[in-house]
Amino acid sequence: MPLRTPLFDTHSSSGAKLVDFGGWEMPLHYGSQVDEHHQVRKAAGMFDVSHMLGVDITGPDALAYLRTLLANDVAKLDAPGRALYSCMLNERGGVVDDLIVTLLAPQRFRVVVNASTADKDLAWMNARIAAAGANAQLLPRRDLAMIAIQGPAARAAVWSAWPESLPATENLKPFHAAEIGERLVSRTGYTGEDGFEIALPAGDAAAFWKALRAAGVAPCGLGARDTLRLEAAMNLYGNDMDESTSPLESGLAWTVDLKDAARDFIGRRALTANTPKRALVGLRFLDRGVLRAHMKVVTPAGDGEITSGTFSPTLGFSIALARLPRVGDADPRPGSDVEVDVRGKLLPARIVKAPFVRHGKALIS
Amino acid sequence: MNLPAELKYAKTHEWVRSESDGTLTVGITDTAQEMLGDIVFVGDVKVGAKLAAGETAGVVESVKAASDIYAPVSGEVLAFNDSLDDAPQQINEKPYEAWIFKLKPAKPGDLAGLLDAAGYAAAQE
Repeated sequence: MPLRTPLFDTHSSSGAKLVDFGGWEMPLHYGSQVDEHHQVRKAAGMFDVSHMLGVDITGPDALAYLRTLLANDVAKLDAPGRALYSCMLNERGGVVDDLIVTLLAPQRFRVVVNASTADKDLAWMNARIAAAGANAQLLPRRDLAMIAIQGPAARAAVWSAWPESLPATENLKPFHAAEIGERLVSRTGYTGEDGFEIALPAGDAAAFWKALRAAGVAPCGLGARDTLRLEAAMNLYGNDMDESTSPLESGLAWTVDLKDAARDFIGRRALTANTPKRALVGLRFLDRGVLRAHMKVVTPAGDGEITSGTFSPTLGFSIALARLPRVGDADPRPGSDVEVDVRGKLLPARIVKAPFVRHGKALIS
Repeated sequence: MNLPAELKYAKTHEWVRSESDGTLTVGITDTAQEMLGDIVFVGDVKVGAKLAAGETAGVVESVKAASDIYAPVSGEVLAFNDSLDDAPQQINEKPYEAWIFKLKPAKPGDLAGLLDAAGYAAAQE
């Protein structure tokens, strides 16, 4: 029996093509994933992300616990409602998962983790509490649904569908959140566009989805979610990084906070002991066709591999993220060309500075 | 299932139309384009290539996946529909008009290995 979100009936009755995603039966698209992609870049689209898991972390040791659990420093969250993106590492510096953590109130945090890793993450997080003897409690929130509303018109559509949210969210900055009754509204996303991600009681989800639709928000599936996040050069756990790759080899050095030398977070020693030998870079395909994950990339410094590849609906050509060998202590240089093994043929691609697209605008050509 | 009765079909989702000059026109079925989703590239078809039945004739790529297309019978590739270069989505929009390649069969008139519409429909179940 596949896992289903509180919005499953809504999806199946509106013509969604459903696929298995890490054990969850989720919408791939509602007709055309390319149309859904453009809808998000130009207006507003929404995604059911209820398969992701919110976990509330409470207790007097919650802060100290999260400062050792996560590679980014939760001490930066200096006021309730502030959020940050972080990796959770193992002792070898590999990525157990990536997540967003929000300070809800003193001694009360929420992290949102990936669906396919949720069970593993909970086991890992509980084991770390036990090992540290920390006075902190984990509460998985499977009672919540989550909807991401994204696009230049997304926030206005939320205010139209839910006028009561306006005062608390009108001036919300990126990576800030507001609790409104039983709902948490965060100005975050996975598309490179403006918008909100809203966690709400499962029983309210279908009615809210319907109200958003009436406000002009297009339902979008996982297909568009993947092309949007890749254009925005946002990593996908399991593709672009996993337990065998460090954040420093995954374009995520900016999320590893080494400033507080006394903060001995899990994985820190491994990260600082080794110089990264590979780097995650953006590729722009120079030939026709589509770059895909696991294709081999041939560079003067040795072979690398594409970790995510797609056709970019915004740009009209194929783009990818690839993990390539570093040249001594330097990352592969943007502007230099490499070759990709596309079904047995070596075809040219150019290393480019990611992201590829942000806020509806092409950043490369 | 949208399957014109005048066409022949391969199990691998190609449709084949016999032209009056003895050549064959080949595309992919409505079922195939539906499974692939938004098509963004059609290519690797080599005009002049001599192919055995079932040999790879080219590739159709959607946002989601790449899928080979095969020669339905043995023959020589005569033409590629290069209007697909700029508008590959024609295959999604009108799969039985947006042909992909034309083939000169090695044995004219021999379509014995192919299915009719009912046979193709049954093979999908």
